[in-house]
Amino acid sequence: MTAHPDRSILAARNKSLKSVFMRWEFLLLGLFLAINIMNAVISPYYLNAGNLFTAINSFLVKGFIAMPMAYLLVLGDIDLSVGSTVALSATLLGVSYNAGVPMGLAILIALLCGTMCGLLNGLILTRFTELAPMIVTLGTMTLYRGISEMILGSQSTGSFHNVSWFYQIYYARLGPVPYLFFFFCLLALAFGFVLHKTIFGRQLFAIGSNRLTAKYSGVPVQRHRLICYTLMGLVCGMSGVFYSSWMGTVRFDIATGYELEAISVAVLGGISTSGGKGTFPGAIISIFIIGLLGYGLGLINVNSQTILMIIGLILIAVVMAPNLKTRRKPGIKTS
Amino acid sequence: MQINRRRVKLTRDRVFSSRELSLLAILILIVAGIQLRNSTFLSSRSINDMLKNYSTTITLALGMMSVLLIGGIDISVSATLAFSGMSASLLMRDGVYSSTLVMFLVSTAIGTLCGLLVGLVISRGKVLPIIATLGFANIFRGATYIISDSRWVSAYQFDSAFKRFAQTRTLTFGLMNNLVFIALVCYLVFFVVMRWTRFGRRIYAVGSNPEAASISGININRVKLAVYTMAGSFAGLIGAMYTSLYASAQSDMGMGMEMDAIASCVLGGVSLSGGQGGVPGVLLGAMTMTVISKALPLIGISQFWQKAIKGIIILIAIIINVLAQRAIHRNAMRARERQI
Repeated sequence: MTAHPDRSILAARNKSLKSVFMRWEFLLLGLFLAINIMNAVISPYYLNAGNLFTAINSFLVKGFIAMPMAYLLVLGDIDLSVGSTVALSATLLGVSYNAGVPMGLAILIALLCGTMCGLLNGLILTRFTELAPMIVTLGTMTLYRGISEMILGSQSTGSFHNVSWFYQIYYARLGPVPYLFFFFCLLALAFGFVLHKTIFGRQLFAIGSNRLTAKYSGVPVQRHRLICYTLMGLVCGMSGVFYSSWMGTVRFDIATGYELEAISVAVLGGISTSGGKGTFPGAIISIFIIGLLGYGLGLINVNSQTILMIIGLILIAVVMAPNLKTRRKPGIKTS
Repeated sequence: MQINRRRVKLTRDRVFSSRELSLLAILILIVAGIQLRNSTFLSSRSINDMLKNYSTTITLALGMMSVLLIGGIDISVSATLAFSGMSASLLMRDGVYSSTLVMFLVSTAIGTLCGLLVGLVISRGKVLPIIATLGFANIFRGATYIISDSRWVSAYQFDSAFKRFAQTRTLTFGLMNNLVFIALVCYLVFFVVMRWTRFGRRIYAVGSNPEAASISGININRVKLAVYTMAGSFAGLIGAMYTSLYASAQSDMGMGMEMDAIASCVLGGVSLSGGQGGVPGVLLGAMTMTVISKALPLIGISQFWQKAIKGIIILIAIIINVLAQRAIHRNAMRARERQI
């Protein structure tokens, strides 16, 4: 480091050139291609721009959630209440629309509701830092779903498609490409940029790798956590709006299992569940991998329960694989 | 005189800081309040029904407690329950066996295997408990749908002795309902194991300080594996209890029961960071949850409200836990300062 600074940089660059093909994102791209080929073999109608985007659109609704989930995992946090937040936002949208509120305002209510849900998670977790995120969000997961059930009971609310522009949110297309996809790309770019190119993003990684060190280096740890949880809520509210536009009707038990998919996607993308590690492009690629895998399985009539089961298997396999390979040295084992 | 007064103060402090006693007081208050609103609540018949119907949830809290004690969590128990209950029911439907005892054993064995799998992934694969059990919750639930082909095993497909088991008092010769008896035995055994055996002490040791436990020669991975396996076997046992109670097995049975179990533990003073909590507290916590679940319809609150109310109870309970712990720390600090 002292004698030949340029040599070490050169060595690092050489290494990075060699390892670029072994990078996780590259493997993910291979997986992505493999799944596309599999789908194309299963269905001859698959490789057609229109159908392809129909498939993509169907999982983008939950794909949005994976982006802030990646932030939370980088922080070493987790949010299990996302599915319930989506359901509650969509419920409020439906109820307020059917109570005569104009659609624009109803959408605002849904977004606000999602933000509030996220804010509540964040407030509890930052006020009581001793609490584990999993248990608090497990509690709010029950609470939000319960409020949604309280409002709707066993009934559904809907007829959103009477408002044609609301219907267009999900279904409108520019040529074969849905506007939702453009919006997704825009948001993904923004999220990726913030995580990897800004001070805020670097600080998230700092918090995730060592919360105490980050705190003593002057990173406002709790404020950043609060921001990320609130952001998570806002995106869940958005997802609730898209869901309503997609289905046109809402029940209290929609969006169950979204937390599993969002976490699986982020983890498959190479984001460590213990915080501080991961890249955003990997997470975006894995949204498409998991989504298209689910679509392909749906093509061969695999039911949704089995698809969730396969995603669960992938999640565990991906998290476990690196731990099995590197044998730990004997010594003090922690946790 | 001085010493005597001090001792009185000490006992008073202990009584007020005792988690179990304050919870007992709250429980009595709740019961009294419900009794005022609806006088049928405290009849022996109603109490019996309540204990019978919630014996499953009450027992499930035990397995969850041991997991929480080592600082882990298991949200796959309800899926394990469904999977083992369904597999055992399918075998009974197909006439592999008709004995109630065998059915219970098979269900418990399947649950144990599921728990073993979860434990292996967590202890050997070094996967975070929440991630592993989130995955396994979906895997076991999906497996339940697959083996049952999304169909029920209905009442007429069960052996009649099995269906009668949940409604009769044969095990104690007429003293109490069979399922309640099973729950009681589980609690007694667990109480003894947690308090007076090496295994129980090890669980507390690993939960309160894993590094210290490891240095003092405890094999942490083995304790973890044992605890998750135990949670699985409880879930398996409850799978059989559940099918016997409702005389049917459905693929979505027990959905959300892990939340009730966690809530019971949290109410009972089990710390989620591990190492703190006891069987009596969990029993009281489980009884509180049971009374609330049973009483809400009795005092005219719609069943659709139950989930939200449970969610609020969980959140309030964990926040109170934290506040209580902070107060304990503060008092300890103050006591130390006074000594100096």
